[in-house]
Amino acid sequence: MSAAVAEHDDHDDHHHDDHDHGPAKGLLRWIITTNHKDIGTLYLLFALAMFFVGGSMAMVIRAELFEPGLQFVDPAFFNSMTTMHALVMVFGAVMPAFVGLANWQIPLMIGAADMALPRMNNMSFWMLVAGVLLLASTLFMEGGAPNGGWTLYPPLVLQPITVGKALPFAIFSVHLLGISSIMGAINIIATILNMRAPAMRLMDMPLFVWTWLITAFLLIAVMPVFAGAVTMLLTDKFFHTSFFNAAGGGDPVLYEHIFWFFGHPEVYIMILPTFGVASTIIPVFARKPLFGYASMVWATASIAFLSFIVWAHHMFTVGMPIAGELYFMYATMIIAVPTGVKVFNWTATMWKGAMTFETPMLFSIAFVVLFTMGGFTGLMMAIAPSDFQYHDTYFIVAHFHYTLVPASIFILMAAGYFWLPKWTGHMYNEKIGQLHFWLSAISVNILFFPQHFLGLAGMPRRIPDYAIQFADWNMISSIGGFIFGASQLLFLYIVYDTIKGGTGEKVTDEVWEDAAKHGLEWTLPSPVPYHTWSTPPAAVPTEHVLDTH
Amino acid sequence: MSTNTAYYIPHKATWPVIGTAGLMTMLAGFANYLNGSSIGPTMMVIGLLIFIVMLVGWFTLQAKESESGMYNHGVGISYRMGMMWFIFSEIIFFAVFFGTLWYTRNLSVPWLGEGATKEILHSAYQATWPTNGPGNVGGHYEPMGAWGLPFLNTLLLLTSGVTCTWAHHGLLANNRDQLIKGLAATVLLGFLFVTFQAIEYHEAYTEMGLTLGSGIYGSTFFMLTGFHGFHVCVGAIILSVVLFRSAKGHFKPENHFAFEAAAWYWHFVDVVWLGLFIFVYLM
Repeated sequence: MSAAVAEHDDHDDHHHDDHDHGPAKGLLRWIITTNHKDIGTLYLLFALAMFFVGGSMAMVIRAELFEPGLQFVDPAFFNSMTTMHALVMVFGAVMPAFVGLANWQIPLMIGAADMALPRMNNMSFWMLVAGVLLLASTLFMEGGAPNGGWTLYPPLVLQPITVGKALPFAIFSVHLLGISSIMGAINIIATILNMRAPAMRLMDMPLFVWTWLITAFLLIAVMPVFAGAVTMLLTDKFFHTSFFNAAGGGDPVLYEHIFWFFGHPEVYIMILPTFGVASTIIPVFARKPLFGYASMVWATASIAFLSFIVWAHHMFTVGMPIAGELYFMYATMIIAVPTGVKVFNWTATMWKGAMTFETPMLFSIAFVVLFTMGGFTGLMMAIAPSDFQYHDTYFIVAHFHYTLVPASIFILMAAGYFWLPKWTGHMYNEKIGQLHFWLSAISVNILFFPQHFLGLAGMPRRIPDYAIQFADWNMISSIGGFIFGASQLLFLYIVYDTIKGGTGEKVTDEVWEDAAKHGLEWTLPSPVPYHTWSTPPAAVPTEHVLDTH
Repeated sequence: MSTNTAYYIPHKATWPVIGTAGLMTMLAGFANYLNGSSIGPTMMVIGLLIFIVMLVGWFTLQAKESESGMYNHGVGISYRMGMMWFIFSEIIFFAVFFGTLWYTRNLSVPWLGEGATKEILHSAYQATWPTNGPGNVGGHYEPMGAWGLPFLNTLLLLTSGVTCTWAHHGLLANNRDQLIKGLAATVLLGFLFVTFQAIEYHEAYTEMGLTLGSGIYGSTFFMLTGFHGFHVCVGAIILSVVLFRSAKGHFKPENHFAFEAAAWYWHFVDVVWLGLFIFVYLM
């Protein structure tokens, strides 16, 4: 298998054109840019900022729960924190971070000069900022930010005490975030399908590109669903409709169905690109092709398909016909099959590999192990009768945090360590990187593992106070939380330090040993020039798809 | 200039951030208005004006670039994919409201009329469609019939689909006269549809007691037909712009993405109406 033999796009290329290709000067560059790398950077930095905003909210939550009784904040504000922590992390941190990675990496990985629709790309970023601004503005309003939970269930969320003046702002924020996501997703699909180097067939595409193609489809298919659901909340609250009001013939449970028809694919929107990055990083450090490329693609597509037909497992206790409970229970369990295929493939990729354990690999291995744990607790909750016991307890909190923090967030960290040297041309400080990893990996388990016990013992979620028997594990969990939160400052430092020059070591084009066998981006110079692939590469690396040929 | 052979990538864009600011101002204004704040309406108007300026500016730019041959075949494909997936997202948005109608009619309303719910809570309630619920929310109303204005509107929209396609054939055959006449007829039929719908709404509110607040029937009726009516307006405005551009001599038989996009959108609106006519009015 040949490594990429690609034409490098050199810096002087733009002199041949009548357009000014360099970035605009000053701050304006970042506002009017259409360059996929600039926009990727904007997305990533914005997501990092929101990660710390959402993280601070989590610190408030853990501080309040450090001991039983009410310590620091009043209960309504506590509930605002749980609600806003979720909304900020989902829509402000994790999703934008992956869109940022998509912006940076997809054109580099498929040999495209830029995203297919660069102006719309700019708009989708600013719509995201606008949406988050509207959402954040509710923190400063009379009555405070929404505190009925991120799912915004009626009738709770329609009560004056749970929303104050915040509801319409939160709803319009969802609309703007939805527009942003849909525009971003359309751009990603058009880029992948229309801008790929002619030499790259669909089944040559890196897994990251595949997972994003499928994720983008999910986004377009479900963001309008969420928009529709919150629109009905708005009209129920302000325009006398009865969608979720049984007195008028409506049904509050309908909202839950619609919300989770969006919400379940939404959780895969956050995890599929995670899978893609893991499938990109693990082969490089195992120095082997990815095991089972084609099965990875099909597993991703299967998970995406299944995500549309399992939503009601989020609402087993709401009062559904028994046939519904059974159907959603079995359908949910089927998801374990393609997910198992993926975990097997990552493990098999590492099997007998010549492995080294740089920071990105450490985070990726931790992801495989800890995500699997989150998956197993998911299976436990898929069992409807058991779920009656766990529902709305800390068990579910532990479950989805295992699938998001040591999975999505860890992989985002891994992606940062993996690609920052490529983007900046500087090597990060490996010692601090490893310190960051070990502190995070240990503290995240101190933080979330005890929450399984709390949940099984019956501690409800979204409550600022608790019975005395939950005290010990809560204190341990909070200590883990504070260590985890503080450790992330190391990442902030590393990002800053690497951009500013890192270790001072000049990285090679490949950065990682033999990386060019695995992906086109490693055949470009480091740091990556402002414009790349103005002529598409003539050949593409195929080692990662070895077993399909 | 070698730009028409290469994929055109713009290097800066000022309209997106302006449009975003406009939309955000408009929505923040709307939210303030709903909260009873007096600055709400002013913000809405300012935001809307900014948004309209953005639309005019951005689309003028696109039209200019397109007419000067800056877009190659690849750009055309990207735009078509963009429009296709945008319409797909719109279909999903309508599917939510159709789904709501299906769920309430077939599941939740019948549940209200059976078992313990009926016996204990509201034994007098007859769970039939149309309904405004056991609480008789919104008071007495008459359901909207299918065979008056709605049927006329069905004919209007179907005809407009034909005139739109006729205009497209004109464009392909370089028959500008047919293009412009066909488009003009389509736009006219579109606005006529909206006018009749306004009359229908007026009748519902003033004579039939049927409002957005008439329980689940009123809610689903006005949300489905209202969002559709809004989309007809948008589609007719898009077609008006295409008509205006055609009159200026824009579009060639081999290069007319804006026309195609507008036509796709129009047919989408058309098909949604057929769904509405069957599930909201007829059944």
